[in-house]
Amino acid sequence: MSQSISVRIDGQLCTATEGQTIFEVAQANGRYIPALCHMEGVTSAGSCRLCLVEVSGVNRLLPACTTPVRSGMSVTTNSETLAHHRLMALELLFTERNHYCAVCVSNGHCELQTLARTLGLTHVHFPYNYPRLPVDASHPRFVLDHNRCILCSRCVRVCDEIEGAHVWDIAARGIGSMLISEMSRPWGEAQGCTSCGKCVQVCPTGALVEKGRAVEEMTKRNAVVAQLATRRGANP
Amino acid sequence: MKKARVATMWLDGCSGCHMSLLDIDEALIAIAPKIDLVYGPLVDAQEFPEAVDVTVIEGAVSNQHDLELVKHARERTGILVALGDCATTSNVPAMRNPFPVKSILDRIYVEGADVQKKAPSAGVPALLRYAIPLHDVVKVDVHVPGCPPAASSILFVLTELLDGRIPDLKSKVRFG
Repeated sequence: MSQSISVRIDGQLCTATEGQTIFEVAQANGRYIPALCHMEGVTSAGSCRLCLVEVSGVNRLLPACTTPVRSGMSVTTNSETLAHHRLMALELLFTERNHYCAVCVSNGHCELQTLARTLGLTHVHFPYNYPRLPVDASHPRFVLDHNRCILCSRCVRVCDEIEGAHVWDIAARGIGSMLISEMSRPWGEAQGCTSCGKCVQVCPTGALVEKGRAVEEMTKRNAVVAQLATRRGANP
Repeated sequence: MKKARVATMWLDGCSGCHMSLLDIDEALIAIAPKIDLVYGPLVDAQEFPEAVDVTVIEGAVSNQHDLELVKHARERTGILVALGDCATTSNVPAMRNPFPVKSILDRIYVEGADVQKKAPSAGVPALLRYAIPLHDVVKVDVHVPGCPPAASSILFVLTELLDGRIPDLKSKVRFG
């Protein structure tokens, strides 16, 4: 049986269930923590570093989405230090690849773009990387544009955990990391792909999109994943 | 009251930001008596003048001429405003950045041409390796992202500056 525990979030005493993450408890108690890789319905990866929080007695920042609460824990979800680090993580996401928001099919519906506005980002302090990256348009219905991928791995997790196909993976490491389909085959040749489109719906940016969409036309419905997970009893 | 000396500049951009500036419509009439427009594509001035209070720059820094212009403007300007995504992020002009300059010029002027297969070099400024945002080469005082920035954002920026304040655009604007 999961046990009820007490934690402090921004000074407020909150009741939580053992096994819950800081992110879940903070959200249940009305705290806003920014996130790009976290998504309800699939496991957390802790890859975007935007949900970093301060925990008393811990001398480094911890991702709220992968850190379980412990009895007596005291968490700070908002501070100058956190704002600074979150903004830095966000800026680095913009510099790593080529996000030309103005000419993106997801312009106006992008979680990365929206978060930049929410966190008050008006320009990026670091030099842009301008890498040369491919676009995989081999799938009959969808496109993968590596230029706009932030490597959040939502697609990897939803394909594995909800669809059960495990077409996607992240290959290589660090700045060389790339989203690959089926041992690096072109997506259109991936035999395991059921063309369900869940990866497209959960992608926070314009990296995975439907074909035939013009600028600003690609809207997504990622809530469907949480609904599916709930029906299967993953989110009681 | 002394009029503010305002300049605008058009670097590697599509002029959409200048269009959005004109889109403040009737507010132009309210602003006009408060400023002297001393330089830019909307006025006939050959040389960037001395002692400009505010310079609003559209476009990325893409070639040697852009670079000289923006540095020159910076020296003679009190407050420098980067207007739009090209000026703040390098945006569409930066789509050439993953490719070396020579390969782009060859693709267009050699492979893409039927006659005179040669990239022009006389009378045109050399392209920089990268099209870059203004703040990579000069100090920028106000960043106004957007493609183009909404007319209301531009009006807010101008109004704040004319009232002697530095506009705080945090969470009021977005890329794209």
